[in-house]
Amino acid sequence: MTISLWQKLDQTGRSLAPVAVTLMLVLFGMVPLYLPGYDRVAPCLALMSVYYWAIHRPDLIGPSMAFAIGLLQDMVAGTPLGLTALVLVLCHLVVVYQRSFFLANSFVMLWVGFVFIKVGATFVECVAYTILNMKLAPLAAPMAQTLLTVALFPMFAWLFIRVHRAFLKEA
Amino acid sequence: MSRLTALKALFQRFSFLLLLLASIALMMVGRVNPLMVENSRARVTDAFVPILDVISRPAATAAHLVERFIEATETYRENKQLRVENARLLQWKQAALHLEAENTSLRNLLHYKPEPKASFISARVIAAPGGAFVRNVVVTAGRREGVRRGQAAVAGPGMIGRVVEVGEWSARVLLITDINTRVPVVLDSSRQRAVLVGDNSDQPQLLYLPPEAKVAVGDRAVTSGDGGLFPPGLPIGLVSSVNDRLIRIQPMVNLSRLEHVQLVDFGLPVGLVSEAERVSDLK
Repeated sequence: MTISLWQKLDQTGRSLAPVAVTLMLVLFGMVPLYLPGYDRVAPCLALMSVYYWAIHRPDLIGPSMAFAIGLLQDMVAGTPLGLTALVLVLCHLVVVYQRSFFLANSFVMLWVGFVFIKVGATFVECVAYTILNMKLAPLAAPMAQTLLTVALFPMFAWLFIRVHRAFLKEA
Repeated sequence: MSRLTALKALFQRFSFLLLLLASIALMMVGRVNPLMVENSRARVTDAFVPILDVISRPAATAAHLVERFIEATETYRENKQLRVENARLLQWKQAALHLEAENTSLRNLLHYKPEPKASFISARVIAAPGGAFVRNVVVTAGRREGVRRGQAAVAGPGMIGRVVEVGEWSARVLLITDINTRVPVVLDSSRQRAVLVGDNSDQPQLLYLPPEAKVAVGDRAVTSGDGGLFPPGLPIGLVSSVNDRLIRIQPMVNLSRLEHVQLVDFGLPVGLVSEAERVSDLK
């Protein structure tokens, strides 16, 4: 049986879902929310997304895609160019190499894995920042941001799981 | 053909390493040639402005609704407070009128050359990229509207930052709380000069004050105009805390609630602005 054009289109559309979700989160993460003190601790949504999809569908968000997403985030957010890209590629690397650890059955393990990733990411960011600016990176804000990102992870993980089930689960 | 596949295989084998090196290389390029990075940033930001514009509107509407509710519950108390304030301001108005007249006559006596007239460009804030390391906002006005690099950004009662990157229809404003901000200021009461330095916290620091300088909580810091980047006299904030060596300034404007900003062209012909302009023209 041959696959029709529509089926192919459908397949492509579905396999674009992870990238689309990540890009949306990158942009939504920049919307001014008018909450006092929020912008200092705004959670890193792209990291959550790349983490989730690197575990479950590394074929759909590969390292190059993680790099591109990080680059876009750096471009629009005004962070040092390459910083987020570096963090996302490293995240992808760690997850893919230790997939058996991260590909846990329970949701709690998924969360615990993310705690490790986020703490590592914050560490890398602080080190890179210190080197780039020749000045010790401030620590309070990154720590608060780490806590908030980790705390909000379940909410976004739920979204990823819904998208995963809706678009990418073969019947 | 086989060479291409071999190349592809090589890339796949070392893709992680290559991508990591590429990120690090980009960071270095950003340090070495910030202007190039700035231009590409402005282009990419321009491309995403329509989307950011649309998705930032619901958040603004929601914030408005919440604000309106809070305002409605506080109307009575606020009204009372405003009456008192109004009475006081009327007295100030008389004083200001008197001083203005006196000032005009004194200027006439001295043949004082007036400051060039300022023009304003209003813009909406469409993105406030958060994160622990940068404090900036993206606004909907760019080269087409006459925005130029180095212009001061003002919102309500005070200055909030300056334009660091200009696209065709968007611009990025570096807030005064960002770690890369340096603004020469002068304390209103003592005429003591200092430099306002951001450190990504909500309250920037005041550096390079002489040790014998007397600073009190509540002193007003305004731009001094040194270096020609900003015109003198733009209010920035009030001294909020004075410790041994650490003086912090509370910005006049609540920077987490920026909705509209005004980019101000003071028509200053000299200084770093024109310098930056010249450099970007050469590129």
